[in-house]
Amino acid sequence: MPKIIIPATVLILWFLVAVLGPWLPLQPNYIILPNILEPPSFVEWLGYDDLGRPILDRLIMGARTSFFVAFGVISVSLIVGTLVGTLSGWFGGYIDLIIVRFMDIFLAFPGILLAIALSGILGPGIENVIFALSVVGWVGFARLARAQTLSLKNRDHVLAAIALGANTYRILRYHIIPLLLAPLLIEATFGIAGVVIAEAGLSFLGLGVQPPMASWGSMIKHGTSYMLMAPHMVLAPGLVLLLVVLSVNILGDKLRDRLDIHSM
Amino acid sequence: MYNDEARRWERDIFFVSQWSQTLCFTDLTRLLIQLSKMLSFLFSRLFSTLIVILGVVTLVFLLIHMVPGDPVQAMLGESATFADQEALRVSLGLDQPLFIQWQSYMLGLLQGDLGNSLYSKSPIIEMIWERFPATLELALAGLLVALVLALPLGSIAALRKDSVYDNGSMVFALLGVSIPNFWLGPMLIYLFSLTFGWLPVSGNEGFSSLILPAITLGTALAAILARMIRATLLEVLNEDYIRTARAKGLRESAIIIHHALRNASLPIITILGLQLGTLLGGAVITEIVFAWPGIGQLTIESIERRDYPVVQACILLISLSYVLVNTLTDLVYAWLDPRVRYSA
Repeated sequence: MPKIIIPATVLILWFLVAVLGPWLPLQPNYIILPNILEPPSFVEWLGYDDLGRPILDRLIMGARTSFFVAFGVISVSLIVGTLVGTLSGWFGGYIDLIIVRFMDIFLAFPGILLAIALSGILGPGIENVIFALSVVGWVGFARLARAQTLSLKNRDHVLAAIALGANTYRILRYHIIPLLLAPLLIEATFGIAGVVIAEAGLSFLGLGVQPPMASWGSMIKHGTSYMLMAPHMVLAPGLVLLLVVLSVNILGDKLRDRLDIHSM
Repeated sequence: MYNDEARRWERDIFFVSQWSQTLCFTDLTRLLIQLSKMLSFLFSRLFSTLIVILGVVTLVFLLIHMVPGDPVQAMLGESATFADQEALRVSLGLDQPLFIQWQSYMLGLLQGDLGNSLYSKSPIIEMIWERFPATLELALAGLLVALVLALPLGSIAALRKDSVYDNGSMVFALLGVSIPNFWLGPMLIYLFSLTFGWLPVSGNEGFSSLILPAITLGTALAAILARMIRATLLEVLNEDYIRTARAKGLRESAIIIHHALRNASLPIITILGLQLGTLLGGAVITEIVFAWPGIGQLTIESIERRDYPVVQACILLISLSYVLVNTLTDLVYAWLDPRVRYSA
């Protein structure tokens, strides 16, 4: 049981801090010159960065960024992917063939390379990061939804619905999509971990959110220039990032065991 | 002495006669059918690869049209004169209809002409060939690190299931997929370069400068592979032929190397091929962390300079190598497992 409680606590904290951020007494952009590169102390738990800004406050702002990007990307990808994949699997024939080829093309771009190119060309900003990562993210959901639809399509309850004269919308809405949800939910969980790393990665490359907004990735990038004098500038955002991703992955594993889906 | 010689002859003659028997007429037709099935598998696989390549090229071609506003203005900046802007527009062909642009992009590509860099004015293809070996070196080194870590970790975890080793390996696997390479890299630099001073901080000068980037790049793949190897081996170890091998009294090492790992290699090769994309994508970030002079660094530099034709070329090159490796993986898979090629 403690194996679930700790990661769950981390994620609940991440959610609370992200949503309540604007109401917390934070000063992420408040510069205190004498405190430049000050290491962690009892007054300021995580120390100050190279401009004399409190790192803890900036980490919380970074939590907002990563949470909203993850939420946005997973929502868009899940909706688009499920829709495209289900329709492709259900209709079959030429529609399916074209959609599958289309998905193959998107799958041909390795890792976050397409997202790097897209956000590089569209320019930085949180909307562009969400767009770029959604363009990369929807394919995984679509492929999964299509495969599941293909196997569900010939089940008895679907055949019965067809025989009773239910229309396509009704069959997909009430007989197919509810059964897709479990595997899609697991994919979404692991997707969150991927998106959090990808957003931080884009920000690390300078393609994500722009200063003075904070992102864990850009904080790490920023800290690498001061690693000898102030290693806490790299340690703090990295450990928080690792903690969130680790928690998501642990819960994803548990969820997969619970829902007993091994085909993934 | 004589007996041995005779026995060897006897054996050889037996093999020859066996071989000639298989070559009778019906078997010949069966061979031809199998050959044609194999060829049709090959062609269908190559055909779909061709379509994917066409799609990738088109998508990369369209990237430049996604630049918000006027791409020419974005590339030259606000201060450029109207004449300069028009000159660039004409030289990039952006004044032509979209289809004509696509056509000339394709034709140029087929002739190995990717245009010139807006920044250095030199041909893009030369810039890329200059950088590509470094990326390839890094990717191969990362792959090697992944295999060296994952093979023993995954195997021991499977062989000693639920032991301390198993738990340790799986904790490593969980950490490996969760740790971002742009954080692992700086941490390794801090520890091994800045604190102990054992390895260079960055750059590409000899073997010692390859170690940290390779570990940074290979760790995530090692984690995924270790899990995969464990799962596959656990499945294989339950098969009848492993029990037979044990019953025959084979040594445990022989059972694992010749019977278990050999049969587990198929799914592992597939995962390796699929994950190579993650490796290539990760190479971009790793190159930035270690100032490694490869394609990834060129991509990010060109994005910063708004040198979009170079960005397009880099993305294209990495994606195409990924597509080719994937196709190759499929073919190797079919070559190793006859069930795949004959069922096509």
